Order: sequence, then structure tokens, then C-alpha cells
Amino acid sequence: MNAPATPPSPYSSALGKSNIERHTLSVLVDNEPGVLARVVGLFSGRGYNIESLTVAEVAHGEHLSRITIVTSGPPEAIEQVGHQLERLVPVHAVTDLTLTGKSLERELAMIKVRGRGEDRSEALRLAEAFRARVIDASTESFVFELTGAADKIDSFVELMRPIGLVEVSRTGVAAISRGPAPI
Amino acid sequence: MSKQMTGAEMVVTALKDQGVETIFGYPGGAVLPIYDALFQQDFVQHVLVRHEQGAAHAAEGYARSSGKVGVLLVTSGPGATNAITGLADALMDSIPLVCITGQVPTHLIGSDAFQECDTVGITRHCTKHNYLVRSIEDLPRILHEAFYVASHGRPGPVVIDIPKDIQFAAGLYTGPQNIQHKTYQPQVKGDLARIREAVAMMAAAKRPVFYTGGGVINSGPEASALLRELVQLTGFPITSTLMGLGSYPASGENWLGMLGMHGTYEANHAMHDCDLMIAVGARFDDRITGRLDAFSPGSKKIHIDIDPSSINKTVKVDLSIIGDCAHVLEDLVRIWRTQAAQVDKPALAQWWKQIDVWRARKSLAYRPSTTTIKPQYAIQRLYELTKNRDTYITTEVGQHQMWAAQHYHFEEPNRWMTSGGLGTMGYGLPAAVGVQMAHPKALVIDIAGEASILMNMQEMSTALQYRLPVKIFILNNEYMGMVRQWQQLLHGARYSSSYSEALPDFVKLAEAYGGHGIRCSDPAKLDDAIMEMIETPKAVIFDCLVEKEENCFPMIPSGKAHNEMILAELGDDAGVEIGSIIDERGKLLV
Repeated sequence: MNAPATPPSPYSSALGKSNIERHTLSVLVDNEPGVLARVVGLFSGRGYNIESLTVAEVAHGEHLSRITIVTSGPPEAIEQVGHQLERLVPVHAVTDLTLTGKSLERELAMIKVRGRGEDRSEALRLAEAFRARVIDASTESFVFELTGAADKIDSFVELMRPIGLVEVSRTGVAAISRGPAPI
Repeated sequence: MSKQMTGAEMVVTALKDQGVETIFGYPGGAVLPIYDALFQQDFVQHVLVRHEQGAAHAAEGYARSSGKVGVLLVTSGPGATNAITGLADALMDSIPLVCITGQVPTHLIGSDAFQECDTVGITRHCTKHNYLVRSIEDLPRILHEAFYVASHGRPGPVVIDIPKDIQFAAGLYTGPQNIQHKTYQPQVKGDLARIREAVAMMAAAKRPVFYTGGGVINSGPEASALLRELVQLTGFPITSTLMGLGSYPASGENWLGMLGMHGTYEANHAMHDCDLMIAVGARFDDRITGRLDAFSPGSKKIHIDIDPSSINKTVKVDLSIIGDCAHVLEDLVRIWRTQAAQVDKPALAQWWKQIDVWRARKSLAYRPSTTTIKPQYAIQRLYELTKNRDTYITTEVGQHQMWAAQHYHFEEPNRWMTSGGLGTMGYGLPAAVGVQMAHPKALVIDIAGEASILMNMQEMSTALQYRLPVKIFILNNEYMGMVRQWQQLLHGARYSSSYSEALPDFVKLAEAYGGHGIRCSDPAKLDDAIMEMIETPKAVIFDCLVEKEENCFPMIPSGKAHNEMILAELGDDAGVEIGSIIDERGKLLV
């Protein structure tokens, strides 16, 4: 997500020159048709980055969904993202979990690895170290299920690559704040 | 009050309950039930436009001149897509609209049915919010919610897409009284601690300037009244964006004129050199700021706006106050009075002295002519001959628009309707139709260019049908003037496709529509011709033949700062290579 190698904008200001940061936003929305399109369209329309996005209904009775978005950019741009999301009519609340601090982030991944002999036992040893579970096995493959922070999944995937990584499916990040209070 | 009725009847009843007396629209297959319901009542008057874009701009003109929500009704597919330019225009200029679109029946959605398009998908990016009605039970709530969303917070257009089967379905209608929006509750009162801080900053300022925008107009006439009071109390100079003209009277002592790309020398220099900028309902648009990294480098900035996303979007401010302009200004004036705040009088006197030096440059001056009509002169005469009447001005987009903003002087809000953000050619005539519907007895003039007017010329027919005596005042220079000016500045005067070839005879065109046509090319006869236009009790096209290659000055060239603006004497000076004014970086900009 580096800045493109184009000449600096003639309109460039003090804004947008600072360091790129990565923030996790939690967005509570009405679970109505098109709400995800509104959120995603806002990001593409205004040129914001999405590194990860998850969405699911969290309160069935109230028709509330929670969208967790990992975005990157200068702090001023991320502040803009928050305000722009708040402008959407079906949005109840936007919380920047990175700013409020102390949040928990987890992701689930399923990782398919192919191999025979020593590679199989090596894969199992590493899986144990990472607390990954075997959810499917054949004579020449495993599917591991792994939950954790995104960087933990990244490292596990990297370790599987030389052994015989076939493919990965990841859910994207879900996040929640610590302590008793809601966001 | 609840009552059993069809969806189409609900639409018309809801319009009535919302106090809507006039809507603009065009029928088609997917809205026939609503048109049938309209036919059977006479509270809501329907104005038949000649193109759906015209309906959207007419609704904008109606809304901007009356302060009410503008309403348009169009059919599915092409009806909806034709309205899109107007919706995008209303979104950029924060104009409250409700656009009702017909849709193919629910069971056909997604089947590429005749005149089907994904209206909510297409309009998602050019509306404040939109709805696809999926069941008759939701319809009454959505209808009333749409008016609430369009008019509350920062106003904007809202689309309600209603499938034809829902229009036929019967259900229980409920009135607007019980509508409580669960998520959308914009903050209108400003934070008092911040307002007190603003008072302290204003009292301490040595070189202050008010920079006001369309938000003051949108906030209602009371916001303009409070702004005038605050300017009176403080004695600060005030400038405004294109969108904000009229909120402070142009005849007021503290008025610097419009700022920005074609703003006055004094307004732009005051912005550049001020030590305190008080932005009220303005959004630091690129037409205002010029080069951002050289924008008002030495000032503290206060920003009052109802939209939190406007704060720090392009320009970092020192104090932000979120709230509706009228509410915040009311508190600001009250606290200023109760604290008996005093301005720094000696510093302010010094500041005014400097401003007078800038004013003395007379940046709106132009070289007069006795043989051809200068476009600036035409606007000046139009102003002089209409200023004592109940006049409303709309414009198209281009040079004529900027000359109108510079040389027509507005004393009151809601008198000036122009496409600011989107810059939509073809806006002015349908907007004038909308204004005239809202103010039947007023003098409504569309200041136009000969190129822009042809974009929605068909609305002349609407004007005639409803006996709307709108005046179309064309500054005809046979060029898309602003395009030609930029080609001269940037592209070596290679006038690629900017000459208006094969123009119609506008006098005959007026007559063909059943209106009155006037042509004038002699400065000495201009006044009489304008009087003839004013006194003609029906729609008039005035073909005013003006100097062909006049440029619009002053101007901040692209990529330059406020204090690098160029004046007419420089631009017209044969010794200066006009094409060299904009540098390579500026050429990249729009």
C-alpha cells in the first residue's frame, strides 16, 4: 500500500504527508440490503484502502451487523474515513479500535498443505506449535484450521510454503475491545 | 391517522402530508399508477418537463429559492438515468431533493426487463441516501424518512425506487408524525466551550476575515440575518464562495466580493494575509483554496460546519465547531454580546487600510467599448435595470456564470441559483422553471451562454406550457467561452471544438417555441432591449451578442496561490505571453 510513484499533487497540503498507519475500524450498521455496497463503494469512490473486511449480523432482533475494516493511510485520511462512514444513513456508530487501544483482533484461516513422508510430520509438528487443528486429512494432504492474530497466520502460512502449501482461505479480521464496555 | 390505500395513493398522500404543492416529472410505464393517483387529486401540481434532467434541476431551483424540499417523479430505466446529473448536482451543492423513480415489478427485478436498471446501485454514489421499496408495509415510513433525510443535517438528494407492483398493492398508510429516525440524528447545536473559544480568538484577531459559503444559505434566512449581525458587531471583512452569495448583502460596507478562482483581488489577498479565518458553512473547495500548500499560510482557522467530514478534509483547521450555521451563529452572537467582547480596534483599522489598498486595484475593471457589448457591461446593465424588482437569477456554467457572480450584486439569500460543485451546463433554464413555479410573480432570469443553453433548451417548451415568463439572457460569444479561455491559457490557443458552430437563430427559436425573441449587439441599444425583455409577460430568449474573445478575469491560475492572481490588465496586455501563466504543475489540474 505504498504511495504511487506519481509526481506530488499540485494541491498537496500538510495533510496526507505523514506516515502511513494501519487502523481497525468497527462499524455498526443496520442489516439492510445494500449496506455493504454503500460501505465498500465509499472506500473505492474516495480512494481509501481496504486491507481486510468482515461482516456478519450480530444482533438478529435489531437487525444489526458489525463490519470490521482494516484500512491504511495517513492518520488524517483515516479520520476522514471515519467521518465519511458516519455520514452513511444506515451507520449507527464507527469506532477506531486502534485509537481506543487495547483491542483484540482475531482471524480464522484454513490452510491446505500437500506432502508425503517427512514433510507430513514436519507440518504436524509446526501445526501443534501454532495450535492449528487438522480438520481434513488424506494420504497426501492436510487442511489446518488456525485462529489468531493476522501476523500469526502469516507466519504459519510462510512456514507451510516450503513444505507444500496448496491454498489458503482466510476470513479477514474480526475485532473487539477489551474490558466490560461495548464500543 | 392510518388509512387503507394503494402504494400509488400513499405516494401522493405523503407528498400532501409533507406540504409538497409542486413536483416536476415525466411519466412512463413504471410510474403510471402514481400518475393516475396524481390525476385524481388537485393538491399536488405536477409540472411536466421535457427531459428528466430538467425535472431534477427544476426541483433544485424550486428548493433553493424557497427553502423547501424539491420533488421529482420519473420512470424506471432511462427516466432514472436521465435524472442522475441533477442528483449528482444536488449532492455536490447540498440541495434537498426527493426523487421518486418507478421500477419494474418486484418479480422482474434482475431479469433485464424492459426499462429496467439498477437504480439504487447507480444512484448510490450520487445521492445522500436511497431506498428500494420491497414491501408495501415499508412504503409510508420510507416516504416520510426520505423527506427527513433530505432536509436534515447537510441537505442532499434522496431516491425512492418503487416497483410497479408495490404501487398497485394495498396497505395501511401512516402519516409523518411518528417518524423517528433510528440512526440519522445530525448535531445542530454547536459545542458551547468551542464557541466561547471562537469568541476569544475573534476578539484577539488583528487581521480577521469571514469566509462564508452555501451552508449559510441552506441553514435558512435566520442564518443570514445572524451572520449580518455578527459582521456588524465585529466590523470584520467578509467574503463568500459562489454558493454563499446573498447571505451578506453586496452593498454592505464589509463586503469584499466573492473569493476564489475568479474572486476579487481584495477577497483573495485578505484570505492569504489574514491571521484569523472564520469559515462558516464553506468547505475549502479547490476553486476557493488555489494551491493548498500556499493557502493562507499565517492564519488560525475556525471552521463551522454541520458535516464532520468537512472538517480537516483538505485544510487543517485550529478550531472546529460542528453544528447548523444558524444555531452556532446564534450562540456566537449571544456569547459575544454577553461577554461584551471587544475587537482590537487599532489593528482592525490597520487591516481595513490594507484592504482598501487592494480594493483600489479595482480587479473587476475591464476595458469598455462603444462598439461591441462587453459581457461584463451586459451583466452590469442587467443588474441596474432589475435590482429594484423582485428578481431571481439562475445561471448555466462557464464565463457568463463567473461574470454574473462578479457583476450582479445580491442583497438577499435564495436569490442566486447556480451549479457550483458539479458545474453542470444546462442547469440554468430548468432551474429558472423551478424558481418561477415557486415565485410566480417574480422576475426570473437565467443568465446563460449560447453553448450551455442548448444543453436543456427543450425546457423552453415547459416554460410556455405553464405560462412561466422566464427570461433567458444569453451572453452569446459563439464560443464555449471558459473552454476557449483555458485553451488560450494552456494549449497554445488551439481552439479544439470550442467554437459554437451551426448555432440556431435564437430569436426564431424563441418564436418557434411560442416565446419572444430579442437580439442586441449595440451597447447603446442594450438598456432598451433589456427593458423590452423585462416587460414582456412571457418567456423570452435574449440573444445578447458580446465581445467574442473576452477573458474572465481576475483569475487565480491553476496551481497558484491567492496572492499570485492575475488581473485583467496583465491578461489583456499584448506584451505578456498569456500561455505562460500556468506552469507544468498547474496544467495537470482541472
